[in-house]
Amino acid sequence: MKILVTCKRVPNPEHKLKLAGGQIDLSTASWQLNPFDEYAVETALRLTEKGKGGERSGEVVAVAIGPKEVAQQLRGVLAMGADRAILIGGDDAALDATAVARVLAALVAREKPDLVVLGKQTVDGDSNQVGQILAGLLGWPQATFLASIHLAADGKSATVTREVDAGVEEKRVRLPAVVTVDLRIIGKKAVRNEALASAETEWEETQRYASLKGIMAAKKKEIKDVALAELGVDATAAMKVKSYEAPPVRKAGARVASVDELVAKLHDEAKVI
Amino acid sequence: MADVVVFCESDDKGIRSSSLPALTAGAALAKQLGGGVCAVVIGSGTGAAAADAAKYAARVLTYDDARLAAPLAETWAPQLADAVKRVGAGALLGTATSTGKDVLPRAAALLGAGMASDITAVVAANRFRRPAYAGNAIEEVEISGPVLVASVRQTAFPPATPGAAGAIEAVAVAAVDALGAELVGLHETKSTRPDLGEAKVVVSGGRGMRAGENFKILEELTDLLGGALGASRAACDAGMVPNDLQVGQTGKVVAPQLYIAVAISGAIQHLAGMKGSKVIVAINKDPEAPIFQVADYGLVDTWEKAVPALIAGIKKLKASG
Ligand SMILES: Cc1cc2nc3c(=O)[nH]c(=O)nc-3n(C[C@H](O)[C@H](O)[C@H](O)COP(=O)(O)OP(=O)(O)OC[C@H]3O[C@@H](n4cnc5c(N)ncnc54)[C@H](O)[C@@H]3O)c2cc1C
Repeated sequence: MKILVTCKRVPNPEHKLKLAGGQIDLSTASWQLNPFDEYAVETALRLTEKGKGGERSGEVVAVAIGPKEVAQQLRGVLAMGADRAILIGGDDAALDATAVARVLAALVAREKPDLVVLGKQTVDGDSNQVGQILAGLLGWPQATFLASIHLAADGKSATVTREVDAGVEEKRVRLPAVVTVDLRIIGKKAVRNEALASAETEWEETQRYASLKGIMAAKKKEIKDVALAELGVDATAAMKVKSYEAPPVRKAGARVASVDELVAKLHDEAKVI
Repeated sequence: MADVVVFCESDDKGIRSSSLPALTAGAALAKQLGGGVCAVVIGSGTGAAAADAAKYAARVLTYDDARLAAPLAETWAPQLADAVKRVGAGALLGTATSTGKDVLPRAAALLGAGMASDITAVVAANRFRRPAYAGNAIEEVEISGPVLVASVRQTAFPPATPGAAGAIEAVAVAAVDALGAELVGLHETKSTRPDLGEAKVVVSGGRGMRAGENFKILEELTDLLGGALGASRAACDAGMVPNDLQVGQTGKVVAPQLYIAVAISGAIQHLAGMKGSKVIVAINKDPEAPIFQVADYGLVDTWEKAVPALIAGIKKLKASG
């Protein structure tokens, strides 16, 4: 099983955005891996493992598009356990989902993975498109917003549950396929490769952190630089951000001293009850 | 001059109310493009839905085929792409529901079109506004190319009102290839309450509720107000309530007249899903909780004391007429 997993850097979502003159100033941003991508990496690793800390079978290849600094996030992913990484040089801020998906499709043609695992969205752009576009470009089946994934023992299909508005949908896809993960994919029994792990296998309910051993091992692993031009794809964005502005601020209102006051205010002032 | 194709989700009774805001956005965009709105209905047995869609759009294309019964992106996206080409449309829109989010980008790929997600305003023929960074920035985006795709934030546009008498065209569905994907089943969370995205009142509980059984009291408050029940991710993750109640950046976006946050701290990811509410009430025992920074009315108290008192207070108010 060869799995390609996408890794985008995002500015720390807990830090206040520096918005001025219609632009976001990211020059002093502290970058980290998109949380959904971190879960995608965890998913990919679990799919190649027999159990917690157990033997592995298969290969996990991490791919990022961005400037050379993104090697830092990729190094972190290698320390988590990914086997190798590919860094496609490019201005990540100037790409839209369509451009990213085109680049990834070209890489898929080279790497020929059985499965591509992506986070369902990045927490900066919040677009939630890349996996679906990639699947469409490749003509592969897709399974988005996964809460769980079980790979069949023969490695030919995956049965997943997806978080949908009405509840939970169960879907089966033939491999190769593109899947995008939601946060509950790190549940204890959410991920299983039936060829490797028994039905009893349970995982920690969190993404793994790099161990010291993992960090040491990562130093010897390969991060291959690939130039965008080498892939021969048109990476011009169809959607361009023209300007940013701050959302309307909500002013903190009043504290009420009692439930009676609250009821009175909601009735007489806000007129919502 | 180009038309706008609007993807209308449906059930056996008609189109879903979640699609009505997309029809409104579609009409606004059609005006910019100098064209009209063409509604598209996909599924098996779409007769009632097509008739319903015709109340909102001058033209309706219906892709009615047993092989399209399951809402699979693999089979539905090609129909949307077909509709855009058939009509010669300049844009494809749909609401950013879980189905819309799944299918529309795939259709964009098939059309070679750029896409904007979750638009909150139509600025010009190819310009939109949309939130990014968990709602902490509003982007103005421009999409180039002969066709564009956008998903519409349900709470940002009012539902379309009926009044049209559209012409319905049944399209003969060509080859359908699910590419080896199949729907195994849908485990629906049954609820008699209004949909979160449409409710006038939403009552949400957080981790501080501690257990699923404690949500009973929030349900009582919800039903008293005729609202929908929501939750923070922490409450969903802890198994207190089903995941589809999650409000936030990665859950549902709500904008009711009244949002009552109970025992929710107010993380940015939660705020992203409810900041657009008209009136926000926060009940939290921690006076420093960030939720108070966006609340119109904040009550520092435990839910154990405040919620039963609130229920009693509202009942009294109702009794006094
Ligand atoms: C990528 C990503 C996406 C996310 N998406 C979402 C999302 O869509 N929606 C979402 O909600 N979260 C989301 N989160 C999680 C978010 O960051 C917070 O962890 C979560 O919202 C916290 O939920 P909470 O407020 O219920 O819990 P906590 O932060 O633990 O807050 C509990 C609150 O309850 C109060 N409390 C405790 N006991 C009582 C009592 N007896 N009476 C009254 N008050 C009490 C406490 O004072 C506290 O303020 C996301 C996180 C990440 C990383």
